[in-house]
Amino acid sequence: MLATLHDALSLLGHFDHRLLDIVGLSLRVSLSALVIGALVGLPFGAWLAVADFPGRGAVIVALNALMGLPSVVIGVLVYLALSRSGPLGSYGLLFSPSAMILAQSMLVVPLIAAVSRQIVEDAWKEYAPEFSIIGIRRPQAVLLLLADCRFSLSVATLAGLGRAMSEVGAVMIVGGNIDGYTRVMTTAIALETSKGDLALSIALGMVLMSIILGLNVAAHYLRCWAVRRYG
Amino acid sequence: MFPLSIKGLRFAPEQRVVLDGLDLELSGEGISIILGPNGAGKTLLLRLLAGLLPPHAGSILWGAAALPDGRLAMVFQQPMLLRMSVFANVEFALRPQAMNAAERRARSDNVLERVGLAHRAKDCARLLSGGERQRLALARAWAMQPRLLLLDEPTASLDPSATEAVERIVREIRTEGAKVLMTTHNLGQATRLADDIIFLAEGRVQEHAAAQRFFAHPQSPAARAFLQGELPWRIAFDR
Repeated sequence: MLATLHDALSLLGHFDHRLLDIVGLSLRVSLSALVIGALVGLPFGAWLAVADFPGRGAVIVALNALMGLPSVVIGVLVYLALSRSGPLGSYGLLFSPSAMILAQSMLVVPLIAAVSRQIVEDAWKEYAPEFSIIGIRRPQAVLLLLADCRFSLSVATLAGLGRAMSEVGAVMIVGGNIDGYTRVMTTAIALETSKGDLALSIALGMVLMSIILGLNVAAHYLRCWAVRRYG
Repeated sequence: MFPLSIKGLRFAPEQRVVLDGLDLELSGEGISIILGPNGAGKTLLLRLLAGLLPPHAGSILWGAAALPDGRLAMVFQQPMLLRMSVFANVEFALRPQAMNAAERRARSDNVLERVGLAHRAKDCARLLSGGERQRLALARAWAMQPRLLLLDEPTASLDPSATEAVERIVREIRTEGAKVLMTTHNLGQATRLADDIIFLAEGRVQEHAAAQRFFAHPQSPAARAFLQGELPWRIAFDR
């Protein structure tokens, strides 16, 4: 056990190129998914917070349910869409980083949208009377609320990055876990552990844990700073 | 927009009657202060006038129109302040109006100067003190150049000097031609500010009179009891 740990630390200490490639691809895929998730999820969540239409409650329930959707289900859906006979088969994206970004985006969008909907709706309840009297229309209100809630929303966005980075099922299905091409930290950990190469698994696990921990520390301090600076 | 004519106004959510057959006529000048015990419907009346709630019965006529044709602004007891600068909290309220950025900036700077917050224009609004927050809310309302300004207990929980600053601003807004309709529990403030008093109790206007006459010779038994510090409403509750 200690020898395995020593080997894992050695891989990290020597900046093993295989390990760095896997970490780099993981970050590229998850950050891309996060950007898509934020661009879609934040405005959609904010719009849903202030919108008033029949069936809004059902949309909110569905969105909340999608937050807990198993990633393998997303993986299968994206696989079917990207497979040769699927509607997006002609693009040839299956078993590529793009497919993994698509799958992770589908996981991240509902999470960011649902959390931002709750955050913005709480603010909307407080602000709606004054916005109404001032004559702020709903599209303007969405922009103002997104700006006003920016710090809480950035924490929600970081939660989305955490979900994307720790996900394994969907990227395994649509990426194929191809060495040097679609192998990310989580799929590499699963594979190397099954092969008995625990040193690489532990090294990747340490990197993954550090990133997740770092994100949470960043979210905590961002929130504290924002409260001190902006009230 | 004026006279503002309210007839038979009723608001009774879930069978709980708050306003019942309220009649009131207001001219377009001066400061009218609404007095009354807690639960009399003072804030509710302001919210109904602001269009934030629909009445269950009765009518509100602005001149001959069903909707106000002039600008209306309202300052709440706990004003809403965005997590932005003091300046931005005024400027955003002017965006729905047909003004360019330079005009918005000039008017925002002007009102901030007049309420004594120009030196804090770049500070975050949420870090202001209670009195400064209320002055900022008044500045925002003032910048909208309202024809009718609704104030819901704007000095509740403020200290005497902050209260005095708010009262000075309210007088200035009145002098510029806005009609001010305000609720308060502070009888001293009502004496200092009011041109006329609307005394609300048991869901309707019990008395509407010039301020001097109201305080010297209240006509209704409810107003007399209120001014003498009697608590008939609490007695009724205790029974």
